[in-house]
Amino acid sequence: MSNLMLFVAAIIGVLGGGWVFRFLGRTFTGNKPYFRDMGLGVAFGYVLGALLLIWLIWAYGQSHSSDLATANKFFFLGKAVEGFFLFAAAAWVFRLFGRYVGPDGSRKIFRSMPLTASFGVLTILIYAFVAIFAAWLAPYGQEEILSSANIVPGGNPTVGGNPEFPLGTDQIGRDIMSRLIFGAQNTVGIAFATTCLAFFIGGSLGFLAATLQGWLDQVLSRGVDVLMAIPSLIFALLLMTIASAWAGSEKGLLTYYMILIIAVIDSTRVFRLARAVGLNIVVMDYIEAAKLRGEGLSYLIFREILPNAYAPLLAEFGLRFCFVFLTIASLSFLGVGIQPPTADWGTMVRDLAQFINFAGFAPQVASAPLLAAGAIALLTVAVNFVVDWMLQKSSGLKE
Amino acid sequence: MADTLLKVRGLKIEGRSDETWMPIVNGINFDLCRGEVLGLIGESGAGKSTVGLAAMGFTRDGCRISGGSVEFDGIDLVNAAARTKRDLLGRRIAYVAQSAAASFNPAHRLIDQHTEAPVQHGVMPRSESESDGIELYRKLRLPNPNEIGFRYPHQVSGGQLQRAMTAMAMSCRPDLIVFDEPTTALDVTTQIEVLASIRKIVEEFDTAAIYITHDLAVVAQMADKIKVLLKGDEVEEADTREMLSNPKESYTKSLWAVRSFKRPQKPAVQTASVPVVSVQNVTAAYGKVPVLHNVSFDMHAGRTVAVVGESGSGKSTVARCITGLLPPTQGQIELDGVPLPSDYRKRDKSQLRQAQMIYQMADTALNPRKTIGELIGRPVQFYMGLTGSERRKRVEQLLEEIELEPSQYYNRLPSELSGGQKQRVGIARALAAEPKFIICDEVTSALDQLVAEGILKLLARLQDELNLTYMFITHDLATVRSIADEVVVMKEGRVVEQGLKEEMFRPPHRPYTDLLLSSVPEMDPDWLTNLLKDRGVDNIGDAALDKMENESPG
Repeated sequence: MSNLMLFVAAIIGVLGGGWVFRFLGRTFTGNKPYFRDMGLGVAFGYVLGALLLIWLIWAYGQSHSSDLATANKFFFLGKAVEGFFLFAAAAWVFRLFGRYVGPDGSRKIFRSMPLTASFGVLTILIYAFVAIFAAWLAPYGQEEILSSANIVPGGNPTVGGNPEFPLGTDQIGRDIMSRLIFGAQNTVGIAFATTCLAFFIGGSLGFLAATLQGWLDQVLSRGVDVLMAIPSLIFALLLMTIASAWAGSEKGLLTYYMILIIAVIDSTRVFRLARAVGLNIVVMDYIEAAKLRGEGLSYLIFREILPNAYAPLLAEFGLRFCFVFLTIASLSFLGVGIQPPTADWGTMVRDLAQFINFAGFAPQVASAPLLAAGAIALLTVAVNFVVDWMLQKSSGLKE
Repeated sequence: MADTLLKVRGLKIEGRSDETWMPIVNGINFDLCRGEVLGLIGESGAGKSTVGLAAMGFTRDGCRISGGSVEFDGIDLVNAAARTKRDLLGRRIAYVAQSAAASFNPAHRLIDQHTEAPVQHGVMPRSESESDGIELYRKLRLPNPNEIGFRYPHQVSGGQLQRAMTAMAMSCRPDLIVFDEPTTALDVTTQIEVLASIRKIVEEFDTAAIYITHDLAVVAQMADKIKVLLKGDEVEEADTREMLSNPKESYTKSLWAVRSFKRPQKPAVQTASVPVVSVQNVTAAYGKVPVLHNVSFDMHAGRTVAVVGESGSGKSTVARCITGLLPPTQGQIELDGVPLPSDYRKRDKSQLRQAQMIYQMADTALNPRKTIGELIGRPVQFYMGLTGSERRKRVEQLLEEIELEPSQYYNRLPSELSGGQKQRVGIARALAAEPKFIICDEVTSALDQLVAEGILKLLARLQDELNLTYMFITHDLATVRSIADEVVVMKEGRVVEQGLKEEMFRPPHRPYTDLLLSSVPEMDPDWLTNLLKDRGVDNIGDAALDKMENESPG
């Protein structure tokens, strides 16, 4: 009860603050339209935002406090703030770099690029670089078992780290950094291949259904409905179990089965989108003009419809990539995806999961599973930033 | 001047594009007294809608009023607080949008939307406003005024919806109404009714109005004075009669002269000659709904046949039958005396090539992701088999033909062209197939009058040079008058009347043709008044149409 009262009091307090803020704004700016027409809700938002910012600064100070217990309590928040500024700075420098270096075309693109997009592009480039050159970048092999297990990330010997293994080692003594680097290759590579396959299947069938309509559309759409009626993760689990029985001891074969299974399941979503977008495009007069010209089906689909469907498909590609990526990580986490000892971020999160219990008092230890989880999150965010930006650009082009 | 209601001085509006503010309106002045109607005319992009909205103290997103003042009844609308404006808008200033169908909320009944403003502003309680709404519907001559308000917007026709919107604007008895092209999207017979009712109600309640339109003949009926805008600048302002009889600026004169383009009638063809396209007893249906009933007419080489009729009369369906998109259930289409397969998929390349089509909306007729060179080049390659530099040469030749500079336009996208230029590209694409016969489906109805005239002249020139046959689908009788040789009048899927243009425009007419002809507004400011006097309100527009049906059933 007292908690509720406290909450209500806090809201009223902030609301009062908002009123005062608006009043001061009106007084000091000579009743400028911005303050004059400001709703109390907006003023409330300003004050609440300001309070949160102040708390964040205070909390960040706490994370560097000399008292170890307090510092540990705010450890992750401190790291998040530092990470935020680090990434923002890196994105800014990257954009600046892009504006003055390179051919005219790319410079022009960089000039109108928002910071979020430049962060996304930079992150994707780094991931791609790491994935391609994993074998050269990783200090140890992904399956290599080293002398000491459970070394804490951070490389600080006072809390149990080892500068030789900057991100520590796992329970059986494999270098986490090496496994993260190889994980980029495995997880991202497989996710990319799967998404491309899903788009190839779903996209071409979807456009075909939209263009031809009639019974083919009915058959395909109802088939997709049936597939979509089954919860996708459970369906994938089921199929993976069957596939692992088929694959037997051939672990490599199972990966191909997994790509195929996830691609087919995800292609149903792509089919739906491609069909819906395609249906909107086939009613256009230019499609009618092309039909009356006597154009064939492939010309209609690939030269007339597809160029106009890029924007929504691209947005879906970004999202779908993230979902596929998460599905693979989930399947690996559940033990039927990418098989050990191949490094994979989902498996790594599962293997190190119990360390999260240490978060309250030994944050360095708890960060071990979060490294792989963070790698997944970072890529997801980056891909979505880039897709947003591309969408904005392509819709601006239409105007 | 008596009682000035709205005073606009040096109004400047800017719009944001490419990160900079570009001027849209550069300093406009006008005064509006109570009960006075000001007509704002100009081409698209002249800033007339922007000025109309600014007169309400409102700007669209991405625009701002950068200078000048708008004073409504002593209140400065540019600097007024949001609360003051909220109190004025809807209650003392109302707005009637161009497309009533898009402006009504489809989820609520008309009367619920009608009563919203009076209840919100506390002008009158709901029940009172409801009965007032019914009274207004009666005044605006809506059918079944007691009952029509309880329908949803999609259950009411376009012209009725536009009148319901006018009634809604009147619901608080405002001092000022801004009409933004309220009749542009309507058929002529519907338009005339809406015009008559708007004028009646504005006069009755002594409301001041700003009437925005690009149609001079319409504004001549509605406005007391006219202001001409060009690219955000004021060209001239004068009383309607004076402006019509004695325009001063050359731009205004050119607007007035648009309607004078007229091609001489070509002589009637010999009956022995084989028509290029012959429509023979065509009956067609969409599913089970019959649309065409036994339609027959011929089109001869080098002639323009105009097919006129209201929306829903089946004129576009005839075109779909000719192109083979909708195979007729009975009858056939002949090309040069040879019957065509009814489905376009069964026609061979040369048959498809002979009949080309130009569409009403150039925006949807040109693939927005292809350059002009690709758009025109594709039929050149597809039908003529030209590739590489030969193809490019032919495309450039075609671009010159349609009066667009090849080096400048070859690599542009459709979005980088104006409406008239897009339509020209559509023409070039049809020409690229080197056809005998072109269907022009309302090609000028989406364009400004000056631009439309340019397109008509171009089509006329091409016809003379290449001996083309046009089938010209239109509802605009002014266009028919300027370009057609023969006219086919359609109504409800039947041909009502057909013959040479000269005969068609000379009385006596069939009743339907007469109604169509009489509904086209003329530049005479007394035209509507005289027409109403001559015929009475029950004998114009859709009301007359209903009467006609009742008298001759079938």
